[in-house]
Amino acid sequence: MDIAQNVILTIMTAATPLLIAAIGELVVERSGVLNLGVEGMMVIGAVCGFAAAMITGSPWMGVVGGIVAGALLSLLFGFLTLSLATNQVATGLSLTLLGIGVSGLIGESFVGKAGIRLPSLNIPGLTEIPLVGKLLFGQDPIFYLSILLTAGTTWFLFRTRAGLTLRSIGDNHKSAHALGIPVIGYRYLAVMFGGGCAGLAGAHLSLVYTPQWVENMTAGRGWIALALVVFGSWRPWRVLAGAYLFGAVTIGQLHAQALGFGIPSQLLSSLPYLATIVVLVLISRDRRLTIINTPASLGQPFVPDR
Amino acid sequence: MRPGTWKFRREGEEGVIRIELVKRPQHSAFFSAMSPFIAFGLTLVFGAILFAAIGKPPLAALYSYFIEPLSEMWSVHELIIKATPLIMIAVGLSVCYRSNNWNIGAEGQFIFGGIAGSLIPILVPGFQNAATLPLMMIMGMIGGAAYGAIPALLKTRFNTNEILTSLMLVYVAQLFLDWLARGALRDPNGAGFPGSIRLSSAAQLPEIAPSQGGAHLGIVFAVIAAVVVWFMLRSTLKGFEVRLIGSSPRAGRFAGFSAPGMVFFAFLVSGALAGLAGISEVSGAIGQLRETISPGYGFTAIIVAFLGRLNPLGIIAAGLVLALTYLGGEAAQISLGVSDKVARVFQGMLLFFVLGCDTLIHYRIRVAGRAIASAMEKS
Repeated sequence: MDIAQNVILTIMTAATPLLIAAIGELVVERSGVLNLGVEGMMVIGAVCGFAAAMITGSPWMGVVGGIVAGALLSLLFGFLTLSLATNQVATGLSLTLLGIGVSGLIGESFVGKAGIRLPSLNIPGLTEIPLVGKLLFGQDPIFYLSILLTAGTTWFLFRTRAGLTLRSIGDNHKSAHALGIPVIGYRYLAVMFGGGCAGLAGAHLSLVYTPQWVENMTAGRGWIALALVVFGSWRPWRVLAGAYLFGAVTIGQLHAQALGFGIPSQLLSSLPYLATIVVLVLISRDRRLTIINTPASLGQPFVPDR
Repeated sequence: MRPGTWKFRREGEEGVIRIELVKRPQHSAFFSAMSPFIAFGLTLVFGAILFAAIGKPPLAALYSYFIEPLSEMWSVHELIIKATPLIMIAVGLSVCYRSNNWNIGAEGQFIFGGIAGSLIPILVPGFQNAATLPLMMIMGMIGGAAYGAIPALLKTRFNTNEILTSLMLVYVAQLFLDWLARGALRDPNGAGFPGSIRLSSAAQLPEIAPSQGGAHLGIVFAVIAAVVVWFMLRSTLKGFEVRLIGSSPRAGRFAGFSAPGMVFFAFLVSGALAGLAGISEVSGAIGQLRETISPGYGFTAIIVAFLGRLNPLGIIAAGLVLALTYLGGEAAQISLGVSDKVARVFQGMLLFFVLGCDTLIHYRIRVAGRAIASAMEKS
């Protein structure tokens, strides 16, 4: 039975970065902004998290470094799309391209170095409980943070005044502006939250999942996170379910590769990407459902009149 | 406090300065023409700062990036080799982006073009005559177009976001090519190394000036493609349809144009051109099918398309500029020990500045300053 626990544990670890990045992007999109730069912010978070941990010697400083780096990069996106009203799709893409470029440069001296792993929780007596001990009390701290983030985001979006305001901006920025709500200000905060989350997700990759720096180590996870937001129809708990589903696919194909089965490893490696496409098709097939859930002013630039 | 607003205090009087965008009644022709140049200039300035920051002499580094590759004939040929796929892909993307179809999977379509186009010379190496090359090129275009048709089909049939599906298909294409080059299409006499057999000379695109350097016929295809698409966009009904649907899907519907038809048109054209670029690269530059055939041309072409202001003729120039950053990266690495990773940073920065400068085409920046006290009195 310990095998089952370990498999579930690896699934959760694989899902955590997807979940965190997707929750961040969910908040951004709920405010009506489409940031396609998740992959770029994530890879910057991964390299800066790794670098900060190596330089200070503390993985916790790595976590902070990842969050700060992701948020700073998102500010660049915010400035262009919010203050200069540029096309959000193109700007997000350029953020990804820039992030991949800059991360390669920053990480050059860290390639091949053994990293520092963020220690997992260990509570004597509780972590040793058979079957569930490690799942409940023995995971890495970022995992617990990801659950808190999901719950906190749900509470914020649907139970607070500010969350309601944020959603109203995402659905109709013109009306929100007419009501005197600082649309651009809210959006800046949302974009930075998304950037911080993407950075944290990246730091999880380079400090927990595989504690090392490999160029382009996000391998499309930022894009999968974007797909998860659509899959979860902009609701945090559904995004969590989607993230664990993808974690399971990822780990499943890794186990299948280890066992062989005579299936080409490349085919198995492409499963998470193919699964993303299949899931997107299934979820967006119902046109009416998508229209109801999508924030109505998603991706549209907004310039406040005076 | 709203973003873009700063408080100031002068002579004991408090006030605010606000920087805001004011929509121009008509788009500015001046900035429309100048924005790529301003963006390039800004990239040079920030590039110099970047070099200084990593401890390299900025001017020498910029010299080896942007001048050195142009100083010798063979490296001009190298420039053309790199520019060829960039121009071809970006020309197709301009049709996509102008019609509001966000194909970002050109890298995958490039790979599939390379695979489909090289099937004949790899599987039937004895087939060597005048029809070999044309057939390969056509197969390449079909391969790229077919791969591009997948996101188009999913978008029109199931309403699926084409950005995500086209990108996911890039990873799938990369893995598929890797599998082919190590498995089904591997050269049996290749000592176990990945990669197909070398293409026979009948299956390789001829060089345009063999005595000077390696630039192949692909650049001619690229220029022809650019001119044809430029003409199509400018002077034909189809081009009008592309532009109308792009700027106002509603108006396009009223005009009786089919939106799903346009999705397919855009993806098939850009897929076919990316596919042609793929097989041109395999046949003209590489000479065999390898486990990777592109250093990210499909993504860099996105930058080329925007730097060329989505105008096929502008894209020719933009393609040469971006090709320069690839070569400059290699030159600067050799002469100054600058990391070749800087090239990608340059490319990313360039796109950022292009997008930022494009704002000036439609908006004027106004700095509004006023005293708080007097503003209070008015209201």
